[in-house]
Amino acid sequence: MNRNAPLVLGIETSCDETGVGVVRGTELLANTIASSMDEHARYGGVVPEVAARAHLEALEPTIRQALAEASVSLDELDAVAVTSGPGLAGALMVGVGAAKALAVSLDVPIYAVNHLVGHVGADLLDTEAPLETPTVALLVSGGHTSLLLVRDLVSDVELLGETIDDAAGEAFDKVARLLGLPYPGGPEIDRAAVGGDPSAIRFPRGLTKPKDLERHRYDFSFSGLKTAVARWVEQREAAGEPVPVADVAASFREAVVDVLTAKAIDACRELGVPRLLLGGGVIANARLRAVAAERTAAAGIELRIPPLSLCTDNGAMIAALGAQLIMGGHEPSTLGFGADSTLPVTEIQA
Amino acid sequence: MLLAIDTSAGTSVAVVDRDGGVLAQRGTPDAMRHAEVIGELITEALAAAGVAPGRLSGVAAGMGPGPYTGLRVGIAAARTFALGIRRPFVPVPSHDAVAWAHLASGGAPAVQIVTDARRREFAVSEYLGLDADGLPVRAAGPVLVPRDEVPAFDGVRLDAAEIPAGGVGMLAELAFAAGRLPLADDAAIYLREPDVTPSPGKRVTR
Ligand SMILES: [Zn+2]
Repeated sequence: MNRNAPLVLGIETSCDETGVGVVRGTELLANTIASSMDEHARYGGVVPEVAARAHLEALEPTIRQALAEASVSLDELDAVAVTSGPGLAGALMVGVGAAKALAVSLDVPIYAVNHLVGHVGADLLDTEAPLETPTVALLVSGGHTSLLLVRDLVSDVELLGETIDDAAGEAFDKVARLLGLPYPGGPEIDRAAVGGDPSAIRFPRGLTKPKDLERHRYDFSFSGLKTAVARWVEQREAAGEPVPVADVAASFREAVVDVLTAKAIDACRELGVPRLLLGGGVIANARLRAVAAERTAAAGIELRIPPLSLCTDNGAMIAALGAQLIMGGHEPSTLGFGADSTLPVTEIQA
Repeated sequence: MLLAIDTSAGTSVAVVDRDGGVLAQRGTPDAMRHAEVIGELITEALAAAGVAPGRLSGVAAGMGPGPYTGLRVGIAAARTFALGIRRPFVPVPSHDAVAWAHLASGGAPAVQIVTDARRREFAVSEYLGLDADGLPVRAAGPVLVPRDEVPAFDGVRLDAAEIPAGGVGMLAELAFAAGRLPLADDAAIYLREPDVTPSPGKRVTR
């Protein structure tokens, strides 16, 4: 096997995107995604059984398409990498079963990797200034909201904090729904917030009070925020007053963005790490990127944001992490690993 | 020579040959660990048969019915294995394979196959012997019925807790030889719409 620049195919099925990526070392050759998002739209959120069914149908065609885009054939592959967790169990299992069989059929090693660490690995692809460690990483999507300290991508990742209830992306979806906006909520809230005053309503910032900070300094909570928005809107409606949707959307978004960036920067400062990496689908939110840029600049912290196509869930980041493990001399995973919906971030490879 | 996989009950993997029969079969009835065991069972079955992947002419998979989470693991694995060796993927209804194994070994011609479908239901198919090509004649099913309402049937009821992949593979070989492929659509046999409980936006104040 080529250990300097291994050709790796990565498979990602932890949520509603069927992602297949092909990398050669840190070079991105293909990043192909089939999304079942449209099928979830009418339910207002990701339905696990719908996602798992969609993965089964999409996976093989997506692998074919990724290989074609990368202009490589299966027998050139040095290894297969796959997300083994965390994520939706039934969805993960489709990818795990497929990846194992593919690896056995090609007689190549398999690397089972951690989805969250994969998000960090995405930053290594096609860049002239490679990721430096240590770095703090803020990963925000519909499925997770996590703050990590990455001392070494393939051997030392620590969970600083995570959401104790809803993921940030989920909060966007739920608030969008109560404002009568469609799924997914992130872009809809953004659109609705145009012209709105972000300081019109002071919605609560979860886990930022001194007594909460003692135990939950780097944790997040968005459930109370969602409830506060619902209550505010309902009181308006009950009073027969119009709901200022733009102000509500802008103020809600501001509360989310404020707490996400404040805690991430607090972690950088406290730990003396002058780097912050963003990842996850919610990074598509322009306001989040803008506030993160402002605040990191003010604090003298380097901000890294991979291209959006590598921020949302994708197979290229999984392939990238697999390639890093190979280049770092790590042994392949043994074939008996399973899908672990709650795989801790400290387990970079299963 | 085919690799055959069925995960509609436990996990079963076989290597079969039209002339040589079932060359090797490995499996576990464990209905919770399909993703864990699938890779090792494929490796073991190939090794026991002494067959390298490149010598296979296709990959057959039981398409269900069966509990979905496990069922998908075998279908996904069979499809990518077929992709990896650049050979056809051959979908087979899992009940057909059980019926064929029963009928081909001289069992009573009228047979009702009953398997677990969770949620206090069974999946049921009915067969009436083998046709001229030696393929089982399905007269009804598969359908879901409540466990205490399995339809009365004039024949043998066969409750299958395991679906041996050897039967899946041999039936695929037979159908291929008779020019009768495909035996099924290339889609998992779910028999239920996905379970979705869209939570209506609920009020938090009164
Ligand atoms: Zn993700």
